[in-house]
Amino acid sequence: MVKWLISRCVVAVSFAVIGFAGNCHAEDSSKVLRIVPQADLKILDPIWTTAFVSRNHGYMVYDQLFGIDAKGQIQPQMVDTYTKSPDFKEWTFTLRKGLSFSDGQPVTSEDVIASVNRWAKRDVFGQVMATQLDKFEAIDANSFKMTFKTPFPMTLEALSKPSGNANFIMPKRVAMTPADQQITEYIGSGPYVLKMDEYKPGAKIVYLKNEKYVPRAEEPSGTAGGKRVFVDRVEWVILKDAQTQANAIANGEVDLIEWMPADQYAALKDNPKLELLKPTPAGSFDLHLNHFVPPFDNPKIAQAAIMAVNQEALMRAQMVNKDLYRPCVSIYPCDSPLASTDTGYFTGKPQFEAAKKLLKEAGYDGKPVVLLFPADFAVLNKFPPVLAQLLKQAGFNVDMQSMDWSSLVTRRTSKEPADKGGWNMFITGWGPGDMMNPMFFPPLTGNGEKGWFGWTTDPKLEQLKADFMAAATDDQRKKIAKELQLQTYQTGIFAKVGDFDYITVVRKGVVTGLVPSTVNAFWNLKKN
Amino acid sequence: MLFILRRVLSTVPVLLIVALIVFAMLRLTPGDPAAALVGNNSNSEDIARIRTSLGLDEPVPVQFVRWAGKALQGDLGESYYMKQSVTHLIAQRIGPTLSLSALTMLITLSIAIPLGILAAWRHGGWLDRSLMSFSVLGFSVPTFVIGYLLIWAVALHWKLLPVQGYTPINESFSGWLSHLFLPAVTLSIVYLALIARVTRASVAEALTEDYIRTARSKGISELRILVRHALTNAAVPIVTVIGIGIGLLIGGVVVTETVYAIPGLGQLTVDAVLGRDFPLIQGITLFFSFAYVLINLLVDLSYVLLDPRIRY
Repeated sequence: MVKWLISRCVVAVSFAVIGFAGNCHAEDSSKVLRIVPQADLKILDPIWTTAFVSRNHGYMVYDQLFGIDAKGQIQPQMVDTYTKSPDFKEWTFTLRKGLSFSDGQPVTSEDVIASVNRWAKRDVFGQVMATQLDKFEAIDANSFKMTFKTPFPMTLEALSKPSGNANFIMPKRVAMTPADQQITEYIGSGPYVLKMDEYKPGAKIVYLKNEKYVPRAEEPSGTAGGKRVFVDRVEWVILKDAQTQANAIANGEVDLIEWMPADQYAALKDNPKLELLKPTPAGSFDLHLNHFVPPFDNPKIAQAAIMAVNQEALMRAQMVNKDLYRPCVSIYPCDSPLASTDTGYFTGKPQFEAAKKLLKEAGYDGKPVVLLFPADFAVLNKFPPVLAQLLKQAGFNVDMQSMDWSSLVTRRTSKEPADKGGWNMFITGWGPGDMMNPMFFPPLTGNGEKGWFGWTTDPKLEQLKADFMAAATDDQRKKIAKELQLQTYQTGIFAKVGDFDYITVVRKGVVTGLVPSTVNAFWNLKKN
Repeated sequence: MLFILRRVLSTVPVLLIVALIVFAMLRLTPGDPAAALVGNNSNSEDIARIRTSLGLDEPVPVQFVRWAGKALQGDLGESYYMKQSVTHLIAQRIGPTLSLSALTMLITLSIAIPLGILAAWRHGGWLDRSLMSFSVLGFSVPTFVIGYLLIWAVALHWKLLPVQGYTPINESFSGWLSHLFLPAVTLSIVYLALIARVTRASVAEALTEDYIRTARSKGISELRILVRHALTNAAVPIVTVIGIGIGLLIGGVVVTETVYAIPGLGQLTVDAVLGRDFPLIQGITLFFSFAYVLINLLVDLSYVLLDPRIRY
């Protein structure tokens, strides 16, 4: 009886397996491109949040007035022509002919004005621009004019801003949504249309080709140029587990992984069916210090903490493989035009004795510094234990507090002393679009409580930023950027931990056409 | 009938207490949804604005009364992140979880009960000892280890089944089965161990009863004795364990759903908790509570059918 049962079970299971094995890849189609995005897409309003995945969704559905090409140059995108006055106060723009939203309605100046105004209420640099803006008016349906109170040479940088909140153009009726509320209609003039009836956050997000989209004639380059679509359908497949991502692409079930999990590097690079690419510039990790409460309200103690940083040790622990990171002392990514090695005392290598001496001079009272440890966040959770040890070696008492990422982002809003629910330090990461311009980089603020978490008060830094904004040439900007870097380390606002590579994995020979860009661009892709 | 009515009515205070506890615990737990929502580049002012727009700056009792009032009318609110109603999101995710639970139970029961009966029948024999060893293994090996091993062998090595994903049964039965087979096998190993063990113990105990000896002396076949007499009389503890298993399955398939990327309620719950999506956490908790109460009720009612001596 036992044998009979076992044999029947084996037969039944085998039959079932063989019977439906043929369906494994039955849904595969060369016109469906399956992408594993960096995170689940839960928020569909890229102006309301600064989450990278919402920004990338924005690039699918919306277009920008200006784009940034692969060389970092700003190029007209929805704009056809523009003029500027010699004093940079008056700017006029004309839209390309034939632009329309995916619902068939033409893109007009009114849509642009409403969109830019809403963006300027949310974005860090947009808010700066809004304070300088005197008049923003439509000349006609296709032309508009911006008039500033003072010279504003960075107008094109604002309109082409690639990250944080990228400046996307929406229909006026949508853009009139208050900036603190999410939009509920997702109509754009970008290369794709969101298929709302198949929108299943946590599972799959589907985009179809926008038949109304009018690409520019130029080749795609960065976020500029013609954003052509060669597939009928793009599916963002939400796979949160790193191993599942690797298994799925190895099995041909997905075609592209936007950000390869670092711990899968060794396995994926040896797979001959896969190709590892670096379509975006490097990102960075930074150590952020709270200047609002002791002890880092004393710049000497902040400098001592920065001297404890051992970039190689920290980056190796987090990124696992040496191919994926580089020590870099500049506050800008080392492969970016503004990068420089003028960092004063900061070398990226530990200087424990010098740090101890500074602590003594500054009168550090030995009170524990609270280091926030996001234990659930795989992208950051190897840093804190290493940093805690380095800080101890430099003479600090360290209280490393474990929590999830949501708790960390809440905790960092607290201005209480560290022992009363506040904090002293944490590490986070930034994308290239955030750091390419000091005006875009949120932590680079010296305006106290109005600034980013850490709330440094540094009037000289603010003045340097104002100078940078007013600078008319690249040489002038580069010089000021260097001074900004020196001042950042002098005040001890934050310290660079290192640069890391964003690796995109594609099925070799199956997916081609990935466009190098500041942000991940999913147009121009072909599935062969 | 009165019993059923009484049990159904008893769910109301249970759900109310659950709602109150969950609401209070969420507000006491560190983590501000507004801070999680706005992204890395925003500052304190942005967060404060979002808190206001979500009504999170109001006193907690006011928030509770507003939420409870809507919940009583069937409106569980809207997800902070996805801007979709909580009921819609639960409805969207319940299909994969129920499918996975049903297939897991089907595989489990079709193997565990015969195995348990056979082990009891051959008490102390090799099958019995093998089953006990398998039970220890089934309980001890983490689900994700079993999952990854099965994926490696069946999906990556032999290319028989897909690694991940889910296809609704109404779109394609074969797609549904091919995507759920491995996750269901993964999960069923734990439950198989549990239910086979309980079946073995219950049937073994029943086999020592006088009525079994009487049946054997009357010349009734062993198969009929095992199924008709022993199993029927041993069914109450087995059904109880199955009921608990179903309840655990519906709320506890998080790891399996993550490993196989099945968009079910388990993943939705984890996402909601990590993102402090208060309305969603509250809605899912209420749903789970209701499901547990319902399953318990069904188990209790099944006792009447299985054992005529039980009356409510």
